[in-house]
Amino acid sequence: MWNFPLFPERASTGAHDVDFVFFCVMLVILFFLGLILSLFVTFLIRYRRGTKVNRSEPPDTNLKIEVAWVVIPLIISILLYVLATSVFFRLYRAPGDAYVVNVVGKRWMFTLQHPEGKREINELHVPIGRPVQLQMISQDVIHSFFVPAFRTKQDLLPGRYTTLWFEPTKVGKYHLFCAEYCGTNHSRMAGSVYVMEPADYERWLEVGGSNITLAKQGEALFQARHCGGCHGPSQAVRAPLLDGVYGSQVPVLREGDKVPHFVAADQRYIRDSILEPKKEIVAGYEPLMPSYRDQLGEDDLLKLIAYIKSIGLGKEAAR
Amino acid sequence: MTLVREPVTAHEDYLDAGYSLKSWLLTTDHKRIGLLYMASITFFFFVGGAAATIMRLELMTPRGDVLYTPDSYNRLFTLHGVIMVWFFLIPSIPAVLGNFLLPIMIGARDLAFPRLNLLSWYIYIVGGLLVLGVLIFGGVDTGWTFYVPFSSMFSNTNVIGAAVGVFIVGFSSILTGLNFIVTTHTMRCEGMTWERLPLFVWSMYATSLILVLATPVLAITLALLAAERIWGVGIFDPKLGGDPVLFQHLFWFYSHPAVYVMILPGFGVISEIVPCFSRRTIFGYKFMAGALLTIALVGFVVWGHHMFVSGQSMYAGMVFSLLSFIVAIPSGIKVFNWTATLYKGSIRFDTPMLYALGFIGLFTIGGLTGLVLASLGVNPHVHDTYFVVAHFHYIMVGGMVMAYLGGIHFWWPKLSGRMYPELWGKLAALTVFIGFNLTFFPQFVLGYLGMPRRVYEYAPEFQVLNVMSTAGASILAVGYVLPLAYLLLSLRYGSRATANPWRATGLEWQTESPPPTENFVEPPVVIEGPYAYSPEAAEEADHGHH
Repeated sequence: MWNFPLFPERASTGAHDVDFVFFCVMLVILFFLGLILSLFVTFLIRYRRGTKVNRSEPPDTNLKIEVAWVVIPLIISILLYVLATSVFFRLYRAPGDAYVVNVVGKRWMFTLQHPEGKREINELHVPIGRPVQLQMISQDVIHSFFVPAFRTKQDLLPGRYTTLWFEPTKVGKYHLFCAEYCGTNHSRMAGSVYVMEPADYERWLEVGGSNITLAKQGEALFQARHCGGCHGPSQAVRAPLLDGVYGSQVPVLREGDKVPHFVAADQRYIRDSILEPKKEIVAGYEPLMPSYRDQLGEDDLLKLIAYIKSIGLGKEAAR
Repeated sequence: MTLVREPVTAHEDYLDAGYSLKSWLLTTDHKRIGLLYMASITFFFFVGGAAATIMRLELMTPRGDVLYTPDSYNRLFTLHGVIMVWFFLIPSIPAVLGNFLLPIMIGARDLAFPRLNLLSWYIYIVGGLLVLGVLIFGGVDTGWTFYVPFSSMFSNTNVIGAAVGVFIVGFSSILTGLNFIVTTHTMRCEGMTWERLPLFVWSMYATSLILVLATPVLAITLALLAAERIWGVGIFDPKLGGDPVLFQHLFWFYSHPAVYVMILPGFGVISEIVPCFSRRTIFGYKFMAGALLTIALVGFVVWGHHMFVSGQSMYAGMVFSLLSFIVAIPSGIKVFNWTATLYKGSIRFDTPMLYALGFIGLFTIGGLTGLVLASLGVNPHVHDTYFVVAHFHYIMVGGMVMAYLGGIHFWWPKLSGRMYPELWGKLAALTVFIGFNLTFFPQFVLGYLGMPRRVYEYAPEFQVLNVMSTAGASILAVGYVLPLAYLLLSLRYGSRATANPWRATGLEWQTESPPPTENFVEPPVVIEGPYAYSPEAAEEADHGHH
């Protein structure tokens, strides 16, 4: 019973960085706590009622001292701030070549889908030594994807993608929790992250599940929904072709705009264009597309995005 | 400090001004209204505490067992949060001690608007009973933070009832804040300049500024939440072009300043107790008053540090993190100055001083762990875990509740005209200190290990620390029941208090215990600063006794 952990395992590159900042902050905390405590104890003993010590003219203020304990903590704070913020930059910005896994949160489970097409629920299998980026959205309320061994979390919002990335460094099984209170079974919205050797991971990917990639599933959906009728080469209605769009800058007109401005064609843009096509009209086109709001689930949207990304900028030649 | 004449002993004190129920329920005497608040918030404190006790019992084991369903646990932590924040912590020191002491401390007969003051209490009671009824007979499962879209679209509980109750009680806060501000500006007695205001009055003033400026935003936020829930107006619903994160911005724009409402009054109490029991003036008076105002103002621009992982932009996070580091500086000034106030003092360890020393230690831990949370790099790991729970309980329970109890003991002779039993007082203070640390220290460890907050069940390896926490909570409960018992008994059996049992310098000590209805027989005149103590005189006086 007494064999319980006091410090969490470290299983990602980020975990080492976060712990380093944590130890630095703790050092500052212990320094100030020690300083105040030792002054406290000294004064309380020395100046307790009845001791024969000099009590004449107790100072009622001292500008130098006051300035010192404004300026010194301020300098230490700024140093901590710079350190902590630089680590945050690294935690926040995923490397470009990260392996993207889609996550949809719903009460009370995380459903995940790998680019190779394999799906899992409340479990995430990832290879060691490769940056993994989670592209996340919620179907209902706000959830939060939290892996203590990776020292990071990110909320999943309805209607908007958020991302989280990490690079696992240690093989093992780690806790996955939902950290944002989401109703009745919030505490059971939990599972595990498995960090595996690359070879084991490849084997795992092949066993069971679909071996149709996410992009291919998206392409099938694209055809089944007749998206190509307008967006394809043999278009009946004039609509933008989608080859080379993802990752580019698209000129769009918002309501009331006279001149177009450019937006990044990312997952946010694709999602909004499907659900709210009238919001940002590509310059030179008519607002003809209907909304697919109640016809496509979050999983479908992610598949379509994977497909459009696969024919995106720099990739259209490969098709 | 003053030129008040000897108390005219034949004068009727405020407690003897009437014994009927009507004389209490229709009183406009700030002292009686303070006591009405004291009775009401004590009731709410024990209701919220009972909820916490049941939660701690549930958390003794990893699986759900004490409560039959997760929903009952979710309702319980919502009840605990809503009651403790809006019906205990926010009114605690301001509405009880502030009401009672602010006019006396500045040499006034009453607050500027005595009838408005009574109205504040009635508004508080109406809001409180409504919320209590909703929380107990229906239940609400959103947590005190009411995050959308859970609260607006998914919670099948009486969210609107609770929101209306909190909306109502907000007006009580606003009116009290307004009353304090006007009173401080217009009703100071002759010689009571701004630089002679006791720091307790400064703390009430700073708190009132926050109450008046921030509470309307809460009212707006709750009104929008209700509109969203009833009519689906779509301010927060992404399907209609709304943004759920906007709710968090609005909520924390109120609730972060409100956190300072839950600690600045504690600073005020400690700044009265420490000089009195060290028998010397406070160190750095101007910095102490300035720090209070700085915290009140900078506290308005740090709200985004509750939202580093909410999908807020990285650059917003950077600004809020920097401001959060900066707001820690004035808190640091306060702790350093209290410590320096002990230097060359003549220190006695009576119960109020024990609470004050406990406060400084626990607030320091609570405040410094805030640096961990303000650090952008570490926050994503500890956000929404027990680390946060431990951090804010160190400030609100280790800080504010300690200060409240210290203040109640310090001013008990003035409030009641009776002395409390000193030995029991010290015993209870010690029990609270030990129980508190045992309850909340393990939660820091649990949080860094990764235990999320607001969970009914948890991973088995977290159990030992949770059992420690629950054990601490039971000690803490004893520590809170003890003062309730001996303070009530002292009303009958306590020895009669003299006008100034602590030989303190504040104006409130220069009138009788309990004070007459009009506070002072003759209007006082102030001729020196608030903490004109002398440690050497205290030593000599004590020497004379032996």
